[in-house]
Amino acid sequence: MKVAVLGAGHVGPVIARLALAAGYPVAIAGSGDPARIEMITSFLAPGAVPRSAADAVADADLVVLAIPWHRFATVDPALFAGKVVVDAMNHWPPAAEPLGTSEEVARRLVGAQVVKTLNHIAYQDMEPPSGRAVGLAGDSPAALDVVAEFLSRIGFEPVRVGSLADGRLLEPGSPVFGTFTKELS
Amino acid sequence: MTTFGLDTFGDVTHDADGTPLSHAQTIRNVVEQGVLADQVGLDFFGIGEHHTPDMPLSAADVVLAAIAARTSFIHLGSAVTVLSSDDPVRVFQRFSTLNAVSGGRAEVILGRGSSVDSFPLFGYDLADYEDLFEEKTHLFAELLKGGPVTWQGKTRAALHEQDVVPFTEPFPTWIGVGGSPQSVVRAASYGFSLMLAIIGGHPGRFAPFSELYRHALEKFGRAPLPIGIHSPGHVAPTDAQAREEFWPHYLDVISRLGRTRGFSTPTPESYAHEVGPHGALFVGSPDTVASKMARTMKTLGASRFDLKYGIGGLSHGSLMRTIELYGTEVVPRVRELLS
Repeated sequence: MKVAVLGAGHVGPVIARLALAAGYPVAIAGSGDPARIEMITSFLAPGAVPRSAADAVADADLVVLAIPWHRFATVDPALFAGKVVVDAMNHWPPAAEPLGTSEEVARRLVGAQVVKTLNHIAYQDMEPPSGRAVGLAGDSPAALDVVAEFLSRIGFEPVRVGSLADGRLLEPGSPVFGTFTKELS
Repeated sequence: MTTFGLDTFGDVTHDADGTPLSHAQTIRNVVEQGVLADQVGLDFFGIGEHHTPDMPLSAADVVLAAIAARTSFIHLGSAVTVLSSDDPVRVFQRFSTLNAVSGGRAEVILGRGSSVDSFPLFGYDLADYEDLFEEKTHLFAELLKGGPVTWQGKTRAALHEQDVVPFTEPFPTWIGVGGSPQSVVRAASYGFSLMLAIIGGHPGRFAPFSELYRHALEKFGRAPLPIGIHSPGHVAPTDAQAREEFWPHYLDVISRLGRTRGFSTPTPESYAHEVGPHGALFVGSPDTVASKMARTMKTLGASRFDLKYGIGGLSHGSLMRTIELYGTEVVPRVRELLS
């Protein structure tokens, strides 16, 4: 399964590293020319291939959105049709009322199967994953299976929390946001 | 040359009964802390700009000037200046003036701002976060060159052959980086030193940032520049005492910040990990803190370490003791370990 990580800031390279370590081929895209993130990629996610967002997404089975929320409006929705898309974004600063980023993502990316996850864990707490429980929410059972498998291969314990609308449970202000959780065994 | 400093965010200190002191008294106490930092031989004292009732140090440069008047050796600077929501011309003027007042002891650490209170306060849109910092960093670099400045951008009025005074000796400028690789490359491209803010998780995970920075300096044809570390901590005579004193305040502050920034709410287990050898908290006896500092500096190739002391709710007396132990015991031991 090919993974495309959109975003080469705080979060993107961390997810790219985890995916590479688990054996996935990974493409990473920033905004604009891939040459701009070549140096960053070679030091922070060696092995990932810097590409344009369009090329990275076109070849990917799984796309991770790790861009600032206000940049989401700039991505081309047509690229994502038929893709499994992980929304790891948050409103920032937190929205006055929970709006559910993933519901907005799904509305805009027509034809994509959106799963909300990895947004409620700080990037500095992602490495090592140490079997940390990570919630995922989505409306497509098939996409949830794909993402649960991905999360578990990169080292997390996937915990399904329900539909995409239920993904608000993972957003800022909720008790699990930023909380270290492990599944009780 | 290896240098050691202290940073504070000017958190409101409490008296012995746990009652918060006034903002005015907290600020006067910060001046005393800066003076003590000089007396115990430290190289740097920095104040991080914040704009909240529990962190009232919004005008750090004024406090630094007061410390400058009572000290002779210590360098004084910001940690950080939120350049994105400030005017680079004013930042330059204020720190140039501090540089004059202090006899060339000013330093500036520029940041995008991880606490974002200053954006709505000064009428900036967080959506412009990256553009503001990029453009203003560029202008600040032009101002540091000295001489008339010509500059044009979207975020402030253009300058044409403009003298920006006072003219002083150049002062060291750093970029504070919390986890943005673009900021690392930006620091290298402007020839600013790199200050790594390591506030959670394994400090060793920043090693690729150091390598990226050194490589980028080389690529931009620049001479090597210092890499510094900024991390939170607290020093007491024993590990147990330091950990017990720090914990309730750490729990309180991080739980509140975590709501908006995605930090984990600390648990006794996560705290034990952060104060242990693989965490980012430099909390413990002088020996424990010194060996962790030396190890981290070696791992990251850093020549500067700034301990961010004084989490909100501790007493002024407890902060003064941390400063004294840090200057007289911790730093000499780190120097030994690194030599």
